[in-house]
Amino acid sequence: MSEPGYRLLDCGDWALTVELGRAVDPVVNAQVVALDEAIRSAGRPGLLETVPTYRSLLVLYDPDLLPRADLAALIAAHWPPPVAATGAIRRWRVPVLYGGEHGVDLADLAAKTKLSQDEVIALHAGCDYRVHMIGFAPGFAYLGGLDPRIHASRRTDPRPTIPPGSVSIGGNQTGVSPPLELPSGWQLIGRTPARSYDPARAEPFLFAAGDLIRFEPIDRAAFDDLSAAAQAGERVATMERVHG
Amino acid sequence: MADGLRIVAPGVATTLQDAGRRGYLRFGISGSGAMDLDLLALANALVGNPADAAGIEMAMLGPTLVCEAEVCRVALAGASFAMALNGRAVDPYTAYDLRRGDRLNLGAPSRGLRAWLAVAGGFAVAPMLGSVSTHTRTRLGGLDGTPLAAGDLLPLRAPEPVGRPPTLPHVHRPRFGGSIRVVLGPQADSFTEEGLRTFLSAPYTLTARADRMGCHLDGPPIAHADGFNIVSDGIVNGSIQVPGHGRPLILLADRHTTGGYPKIATVVSADFSRLAQVRPGETIRFESVTVDEAQSLAQDAKSALTVRLAALVPAGGGDLDSGFLLSCNLIGGVVSANHIGSVA
Repeated sequence: MSEPGYRLLDCGDWALTVELGRAVDPVVNAQVVALDEAIRSAGRPGLLETVPTYRSLLVLYDPDLLPRADLAALIAAHWPPPVAATGAIRRWRVPVLYGGEHGVDLADLAAKTKLSQDEVIALHAGCDYRVHMIGFAPGFAYLGGLDPRIHASRRTDPRPTIPPGSVSIGGNQTGVSPPLELPSGWQLIGRTPARSYDPARAEPFLFAAGDLIRFEPIDRAAFDDLSAAAQAGERVATMERVHG
Repeated sequence: MADGLRIVAPGVATTLQDAGRRGYLRFGISGSGAMDLDLLALANALVGNPADAAGIEMAMLGPTLVCEAEVCRVALAGASFAMALNGRAVDPYTAYDLRRGDRLNLGAPSRGLRAWLAVAGGFAVAPMLGSVSTHTRTRLGGLDGTPLAAGDLLPLRAPEPVGRPPTLPHVHRPRFGGSIRVVLGPQADSFTEEGLRTFLSAPYTLTARADRMGCHLDGPPIAHADGFNIVSDGIVNGSIQVPGHGRPLILLADRHTTGGYPKIATVVSADFSRLAQVRPGETIRFESVTVDEAQSLAQDAKSALTVRLAALVPAGGGDLDSGFLLSCNLIGGVVSANHIGSVA
């Protein structure tokens, strides 16, 4: 990558996008997450909010407290961000009830990919995914690392609402929905009882960009038990720290 | 029973809004907040509140309210809504002390689209994720995450009104209109030269699909340079996306936090006020400015608000007493009235 390796793109008078790349790329995303941590931990007044995404970092600033030139200098001073030095990564184990009424597109996806439903489940639950970004809706996690054998094009006709907590596939990505009824054009393969977003919980959000997620298949009885626990405010998904 | 303001008729899009949520965009939570923070600040100053206290935002048709408290000072700032207190016409930009049983009726605006009603002391409503701003798509804020409805009782913190109710002299009242100024980018290079020229020269009409999430515009299509899909990235208040059909869509306070259409430009924060008053069917034009110019426009807007806050006088003449002026928290109000809050 040629230096400095990013472009500053203004978003009006109080925000700019630090664009690190234009494609979905795990290395670029790791740099985004590292840059985000670096400039946030600098603790500069006037740095209002940041939004890490696949390939860029949106930075909202107050130009009265942090002039644009100073913000540009802050970013330059933290480039390249220390990706390798990142310590423990959070890994979430997220229970999923696959197929049936909770994953209405699983059978079709299996047929299209010439795999059995169990094989699709094994592929989907068989690896760690990286949270590339949280966006679109509260707590919606876009995940990278989907096995190419189960890539699936989006529906031509998006559904106006999908079940809360849906686990779905859109192109080469998979995602976890929050417990909200959202529109979606992705293929629905399962549902998690875990609530990635719950404003009433002390910790309203589970996932953040840079986290790892691994899905664990559960049966209907476990889904019902865990749903009740999640409703009562339990996290249900478990978290451990691993070295990336 | 709690003292409050009873909603007798809700209007069409009436919600509680304060300065919005800050710090949650990274988790997919929209900033929400009043579509014009300066006018919310002005309404709040008229009743002696801090600039960012929650008020009632209304659009196109306002609510009818009945006072169910001993006294409640209220004031409206914004579009020229028809306004009556117990059937008698009253003025915007002027505070009134409602007594128990008084009925305040807000009709439709003769010009403009939105206004903000502030009440002295603010509402006793618990914030969600740091704000009482209503975001209906995710059912955050307000009384239960929805627009105000007939029968709702808005509980009041209800401090005694201080001094005589103030008013803002006509000469200081805001006027709306003019072009919408933008900073080109972040993806201006996703459009052809011709496309950029079209965007900056053609009139665009607000369609009926216009709300707190965004305004879909109709007008000459803007040509993309190489397709209209980008890898999703962050969206700010005022981002102008151009989907495949080539017509711009201005994203506002309740927008999605990320999106995958190229963004041709961003509305400058100083013009959020203008934009908040454009009605469906009305036409706007875009004008390009630099980041430096946009930042100095924001300073001008801040100064204009300071002048307005200092211009409040008692309704009926004379000077405001010092107790009232102190209660306005003018300095703090100016700082937190910064437009930046609207995206946070």
